[in-house]
Amino acid sequence: MAYSEKARNFYQGELRDIKEGGLFKEERFIQSPQSAEIKVEYPSGAQPMDVINMCANNYLGLSSHPEVIKASHQGLDDRGFGMSSVRFICGTQDIHRTLEDKLTKFLETEDTILFASCMDANAGVFEAVFNDQDVLIADRLVHASIVDGMRLCKALNESYKHSNMEHLEKKLQTYQDARFRCIVTDGVFSMDGDTAKLDEICDLAEKYDALVFVDDSHATGFLGKRGKGTHELKGVLGRIDIITTTLGKALGGASGGCVSGRKEIVEMCRQRARPYLFSNAMPPVVVAASNKVMDLIMGSTERRDKLENNTKFWRKSLLEAGFDIKDGDTPIVPIMLYNAKLSQDMSRDLYQEGIYAIGFFFPVVPKGQARIRTQISAGHDINHLERALEAFIKVGKKYNILGKTKDEIIEMYGL
Amino acid sequence: MEDIENTILEYVIDEYLEDEDDEIGPNSPLISSGIVDSFSMVSLKTFLERKYNISIPDDKATPEAFDTVNRIADVVRSFIS
Ligand SMILES: Cc1ncc(COP(=O)(O)O)c(C=O)c1O
Repeated sequence: MAYSEKARNFYQGELRDIKEGGLFKEERFIQSPQSAEIKVEYPSGAQPMDVINMCANNYLGLSSHPEVIKASHQGLDDRGFGMSSVRFICGTQDIHRTLEDKLTKFLETEDTILFASCMDANAGVFEAVFNDQDVLIADRLVHASIVDGMRLCKALNESYKHSNMEHLEKKLQTYQDARFRCIVTDGVFSMDGDTAKLDEICDLAEKYDALVFVDDSHATGFLGKRGKGTHELKGVLGRIDIITTTLGKALGGASGGCVSGRKEIVEMCRQRARPYLFSNAMPPVVVAASNKVMDLIMGSTERRDKLENNTKFWRKSLLEAGFDIKDGDTPIVPIMLYNAKLSQDMSRDLYQEGIYAIGFFFPVVPKGQARIRTQISAGHDINHLERALEAFIKVGKKYNILGKTKDEIIEMYGL
Repeated sequence: MEDIENTILEYVIDEYLEDEDDEIGPNSPLISSGIVDSFSMVSLKTFLERKYNISIPDDKATPEAFDTVNRIADVVRSFIS
């Protein structure tokens, strides 16, 4: 055994530092299917509590939808449990290709390739498509999986200030001598709930001859009138060269991701993307259920419409109650508290009131920008949101932050 | 303050500060304070390499060596001469 005392002591020390820094993450055990109301055991060993879930990415409420569950049972019976192969050896069933075609049609792109997750899609796509003659120019708030993917690629990793179009333009000008430029952004930024200015980004891309990459994980299925995503909302369908997105959030929430876009780029991923070449195919159960999810969302906008109404209700109610929330029109609604401890204290009190909502602070968000992030779902009914609102107001009153400005909250609690 | 320091300070303010009112000087911590993270640091390195026509190997562009404008200027100088 070579796990020496030295190694053990070292890792114990690291873990202690993480704990002392207040950054130690603990899982909460949920004893029910994912849904608007869940049964949670927290802390571990405590009596389980029924709480309203305000922090799932279950935007369309499809994670435990009866038709989705039925389709996955059917998929299991018809196509078995696992593939025991990567896609290009013997891991591709007809239903994998069907799902790729449905995603292509829905996203209005040219072709699509599935990955085991969107993390894998982001990790693989850049290296498969770009090299050291190219420059990737990313918004500074892109998701961590994009940062990792960019680092795996030999192209120069550049960045621009969050949603700052002048800064992006300057960067595009600086790198006119590169072979290819690619602008890289999230469609919806998951911590702030704001949307990328894809219309302006596409115009700049045309002016300076750049490709456009968008990770639409927090938009696919519900943003835009038909729920296609941020590119529909911003009127740039057909103008995004590379879209990555996940099946792990609105689209049933099990797992899986994809790269969708220009057909040559998708084909390059099939030939070269390492997470596609060297990791197992998506399981038939998940593929079958995801095909059903695509049928549901392409057949009716009812769920995304309900989500939009819920989101409007929630944003308006929080503002009327006097909370300081980030502007936006997505179902990600951050309640700004600025102070890290305050965000933890309020989250704990909310839990006691039967509301499950998580506080985020540095380094997940910038220093001095702690918040409780709420996420709305089409699985919520108005009465869930009314009960949640009541609890938020009660806890907000306790900490005396209702109607207070940013400066007043910082004055009371510090940064 | 010398030219190199001035040039770098100007670039850092322009490139990284979000808020016009934030003030930083040649000895303000940049990386340990969170103003510049390791991801966005690349643009600083690239700027220096283009501006001074030098090549800074990655092992010299560490977060410690790049934490203040003064230290960055030292790194640059060591490659110019
Ligand atoms: C913007 C963004 N991209 C990618 C991912 C990763 O998706 P997946 O869970 O499919 O790996 C996430 C999930 O956290 C995300 O928020």
